[in-house]
Amino acid sequence: MTNKDIQDRDAAWRQDLRKALTAKERADIPRVSMPMLDGAYRITCNEEVNQGLSFEQATLEATRCLDCPNPTCVEGCPVGIHIPDFIKNIQRGDLKAAATILKSTSALPAVCGRVCPQEKQCESRCIYNKMKKEPVAIGYLERFAADAEIERGETAADNKREGNGIRVAVAGSGPAGLSFAGEMARRGFEVDVFEALHEIGGVLKYGIPEFRLPNSVVDAELDSLRKAGVRFHTDTIIGKTLSYDDLLNQGFKGIFVASGAGLPRFMNIPGENYCGVLSSNEYLTRINLMGAGKAGHDTPAPTGRCVAVIGGGNTAMDSVRTARRMGAERAIIIYRRSEAEMPARREEIEHAKQEGVEFMTLANPVEYLADDKGRVRAVRVQRMELGEPDASGRRRPVAIPGAIDEIAIDLAIVSVGVSPNPLIPDNIAGLDVTERGTIAVDDTHRSSIPTIYAGGDIVRGGATVILAMGDGRQAAAAMAEKLLSDANL
Amino acid sequence: MNRIIEKEHFSENVVKLVVEAPEVARARKPGHFVIVRCGQGGERIPLTIADADPTKGTVTLVVQAVGLSTRKICDLNAGDTLTDLVGPLGRATDIALRDGTVVCCGGGVGVAPLLPIIKAMKEAGNRVVSVLAARNKDLIILEDEVRRYSDEVIIMTDDGSAGHKGLVTAGVEEVIKRENVAEVVAIGPAVMMKFVALLTKQYQIPTIVSLNTIMVDGTGMCGACRVKVGGKTRFVCVDGPEFDAHQVDFDEMIMRMKAYN
Repeated sequence: MTNKDIQDRDAAWRQDLRKALTAKERADIPRVSMPMLDGAYRITCNEEVNQGLSFEQATLEATRCLDCPNPTCVEGCPVGIHIPDFIKNIQRGDLKAAATILKSTSALPAVCGRVCPQEKQCESRCIYNKMKKEPVAIGYLERFAADAEIERGETAADNKREGNGIRVAVAGSGPAGLSFAGEMARRGFEVDVFEALHEIGGVLKYGIPEFRLPNSVVDAELDSLRKAGVRFHTDTIIGKTLSYDDLLNQGFKGIFVASGAGLPRFMNIPGENYCGVLSSNEYLTRINLMGAGKAGHDTPAPTGRCVAVIGGGNTAMDSVRTARRMGAERAIIIYRRSEAEMPARREEIEHAKQEGVEFMTLANPVEYLADDKGRVRAVRVQRMELGEPDASGRRRPVAIPGAIDEIAIDLAIVSVGVSPNPLIPDNIAGLDVTERGTIAVDDTHRSSIPTIYAGGDIVRGGATVILAMGDGRQAAAAMAEKLLSDANL
Repeated sequence: MNRIIEKEHFSENVVKLVVEAPEVARARKPGHFVIVRCGQGGERIPLTIADADPTKGTVTLVVQAVGLSTRKICDLNAGDTLTDLVGPLGRATDIALRDGTVVCCGGGVGVAPLLPIIKAMKEAGNRVVSVLAARNKDLIILEDEVRRYSDEVIIMTDDGSAGHKGLVTAGVEEVIKRENVAEVVAIGPAVMMKFVALLTKQYQIPTIVSLNTIMVDGTGMCGACRVKVGGKTRFVCVDGPEFDAHQVDFDEMIMRMKAYN
């Protein structure tokens, strides 16, 4: 069967699926619930919370999809996954075809199916929302098809193309770099990915915890890229270990910089440098990448009985849920706005609550207090109330005069955002950066140096896995076109 | 994986390792450091670069066993491999012809990262006076190499077993009192750097220190290495490791270095 058949909305099999049930009958099927581990159990281990759909659940959920002639869900996807096409293949039980379709636009579907904020993207655009029904569980289905492919131990055949011999380099092996690498390999380029750390995967490895994204899933996606011809190099920092000129001398014709979000932000409040106050990057890196706290791993683990996590984003949720698993009796989210304004995914907030995380909203840390050895012992928080909407459209938190509380803690994890990693901008002369320190690019993701493209957090400053992947995909299309036309001159 | 070509014991707890790392050997400059990992469950440990040979493709590291991970590294032998070595990291030393003597003072294993700076300062045409300090004679390292690139070397030991008896500051002050010192570079234990900084501040002599804080990634990602410089929080791995000694909050740095003790 060709790609055309599996993706042809007018193919006979697909028409039959649409005729089998009326729209009303399909719309009456309730949305599937993700099977998950019990909250009390999961804080005793690091096992993945969401267990994945069964074949029966997945095919039934796939049946709910109305297979719209103009699917708006696709417009909500930063990489433009052909959503109804893959879902209808799940419905008819052709999981291989579903995976092939996913892999044609996304190098990491098993990752995206887990960590994308589908509720703000594809699922928010599902026609069911207009019908006052719950959207099709596109993310769960994506994960289902991608996992099935991993279980079969197969790689989508689409990844193999004849090589064109043109070498391209990627700085950083996070979602943007991997997406770019997959796209370029698919187009026949020779791709080398350089990673600063000792593990490939970037934020997927050091940042997102095992209970939300198992390393085995990331490794399976990496294997798939290796089979497609992508070469990975650890312990190599572009701009430091290898300069821009070194890369050109090695024959690389194009470079994609996807070095990610670097410097953690702090709040610049008194006591923030006491021992026991650390960034979420440090906390998560120690535990996820370095294995701190696990037998046979030498890196010390920061632990506390009462842990405060400052912030309301996904990284804050990852940190606070990790703290519970590391044995914290109290793990508290401290956030200056209300829960409704939290940038974290709804699912992460709910999962955190199920795991016994406390939420202290409308509270903003103003100072840390320490014992005589400089170890944090308390945080003083200013209570807030919501005022008028600010530039972000969210209601601005305003301090309530005199309302300051002191909370006893022995570990504080600051998760209030990151600034772009300065290593590459600082070490490649002539590379234009913005006032915020991000690499300046045009709408094809090309930087001020014509051979260098950039995407992901080094351009966006701090975004999501899928937006980074979208950048990688678009940059690959633009760079491939440019390099191929140069080669044909 | 990086193979160890050569190992030498400087003392019971201090070893010199010559390690294969061709790209780092080519790219490194005085002031840079590397991150090393030993074993699959190994910690990422920042180590300074004492020397490099771009032709042979090797870097020289001097490691003092102070904890679990540095002990593991010190126990490796020629022929063994480091699981990971990445670099060069940090900003390079600002090397230039100064308007007066450059005093390079090193305490303990701090002499190792100081050596490339001594060499480069000398090659830039400076008069270089080096002050080496240690608890006793056996802990003075790299003396011959330092002598090769210094106009004068002053040795200070706590017990007087080599050179003069006294602290590093006494040696530095001796030079300041007798000649025009344009810059002091001090590398060693935090307490030593703190007292050199206090001394040179009295004389208003520009002073550079190289900080060896706790790090995890070493590439600006984790913030474990942060230190207050001039009242502002800076990251040693990407903003340093060298800073204006008179601006560094050494007490906070010393406190933070005990975070995992």
